[in-house]
Amino acid sequence: MLIYKATETINFAQGELMMLGAFFALTAATVIGLPYWATILFGIAVMFVVGMLIERTVLRPVLGQPAFTVVMVTIGVGYMARGLVMMVPAWGTETHGLPTPFADAVLTFGEVTVPVQSLAIIGMTAALCIVLFAFFQFTRIGVAMQATSQNQLAAYYMGIPVRRINMLIWGLSAAVSAFAGILLAPLTFVHANMGFIGLKAFPAAVVGGFGSVPGAIVGGLIIGLVEAFAGFYLAEGWKDIAAYIVVLVVLLIKPSGLFGERTLKKV
Amino acid sequence: MQPILELANVESSYGPVQALRGVSLAVPPGKIVTVLGANGAGKSTILKTISGIVDPQKGQIRLGGEEIQRRAPDWIVRKGVVHVPEGREVFSLLTVEDNLRMGAYTRPDKDGVAKDIERVFTYFPVLRARAKQEAGQLSGGEQQMLAISRALLGRPRVMLMDEPSLGLSPKLTKEIFNIVARINGEEGVTILLVEKNVKMALGIAHYGYVLEVGRIVMEDTCANLLQKDDIREFYLGMKSAGARGPRRWKKKKQWR
Repeated sequence: MLIYKATETINFAQGELMMLGAFFALTAATVIGLPYWATILFGIAVMFVVGMLIERTVLRPVLGQPAFTVVMVTIGVGYMARGLVMMVPAWGTETHGLPTPFADAVLTFGEVTVPVQSLAIIGMTAALCIVLFAFFQFTRIGVAMQATSQNQLAAYYMGIPVRRINMLIWGLSAAVSAFAGILLAPLTFVHANMGFIGLKAFPAAVVGGFGSVPGAIVGGLIIGLVEAFAGFYLAEGWKDIAAYIVVLVVLLIKPSGLFGERTLKKV
Repeated sequence: MQPILELANVESSYGPVQALRGVSLAVPPGKIVTVLGANGAGKSTILKTISGIVDPQKGQIRLGGEEIQRRAPDWIVRKGVVHVPEGREVFSLLTVEDNLRMGAYTRPDKDGVAKDIERVFTYFPVLRARAKQEAGQLSGGEQQMLAISRALLGRPRVMLMDEPSLGLSPKLTKEIFNIVARINGEEGVTILLVEKNVKMALGIAHYGYVLEVGRIVMEDTCANLLQKDDIREFYLGMKSAGARGPRRWKKKKQWR
């Protein structure tokens, strides 16, 4: 589900951003009493700002450091987010439910019953994928974001304001995470550790090839399907490791991932 | 003539390593000026300092009289100084066309950009054929052409070129240098060219500087430089009689 995290910076706080987004939406729903659609918008908007703030305060100072530094910083951000959430009295360590308009509704097609909930999630995810894809492919800022993530130095040379673009990337990535968190909330409930499910995005990204947007989408589909089928057809326990088996196989056959960058850097 | 780009006593360093030890040079408008030097002489650092990737500790850089040192790189690009980096640095997963559009990132005029893309295709027809391909799939020569075209899309007043011959065959190098000379003549773009291929660079440039360990040790018109003994000997590999052994060191104008 959380596939479209294609913002190319390896961000281990992605799951926590998702969790934060869900909590903000929850607060909007329970405290302010906004309707469902408004809570989605609220969560996304707040997280867009939070994402930009994180970039400005925590990541800007390590700009230009090796990728490993950035990874460590994002892990730190994730831990802090989890800790902070547990300290907020109304949020705490408990599990909350996020009310949705289609909580118990089901659709019946002949023999098959599908909860409207799942359909809504799939539909909205697909819509988001299309919007993001169009954004990255056809808008000037979107292409500039791709360019910046591929070659930051060259982006500087072309006069792309790299810092501002990085800030937008973080805002966007946090907003998308928030959207994912809110969509997932009815299934997993909202709690401080719900971010761990975000880790499933990593096998997806690896299978698809890091840095490739279509790769991440296809990778996510493969991982999702494999997990679902493994859970259904194989013995108990296979479901959890199936994704990682796929990752191993893909890495053995094609180390750069299915859609990975084929070009080795020429000197 | 009033220089369009001027460096005055510029000193830059990477951490504790000082790369430029007081470099002064002037680039007159509409000309090609070249900076020659061996590996590690600081040639690339000069360009990086001009384009704002490296900030100088001391000295001024003036573009048309206005000081531009320690500005953000995108501000400097907007002022009309575009850098063709060493090793091409194309956006390898973007198409050739998108690469060119990124070169025009600072420009708001869509129609002008479309026209300019057509124009660079006339300089480099190969790129038209590859317009929809990912830049990473191009050959080294094509990538260099793309890097130059991408810089042209920024409508530069001054183009900084860092070793366009890097990793290219002599034939391709010649081709690219010819086009660089054409661009200078037809578009009126001023070019500051950094090269290790001294023969090629002196062939197209109007004026040259020789850089050794962060200092300018010689400057002259290219026609004159080609006649100088040490240039012929150390950079062009032509031996003149009797300059061997210890005397070679005395002749080489290097001091620290």
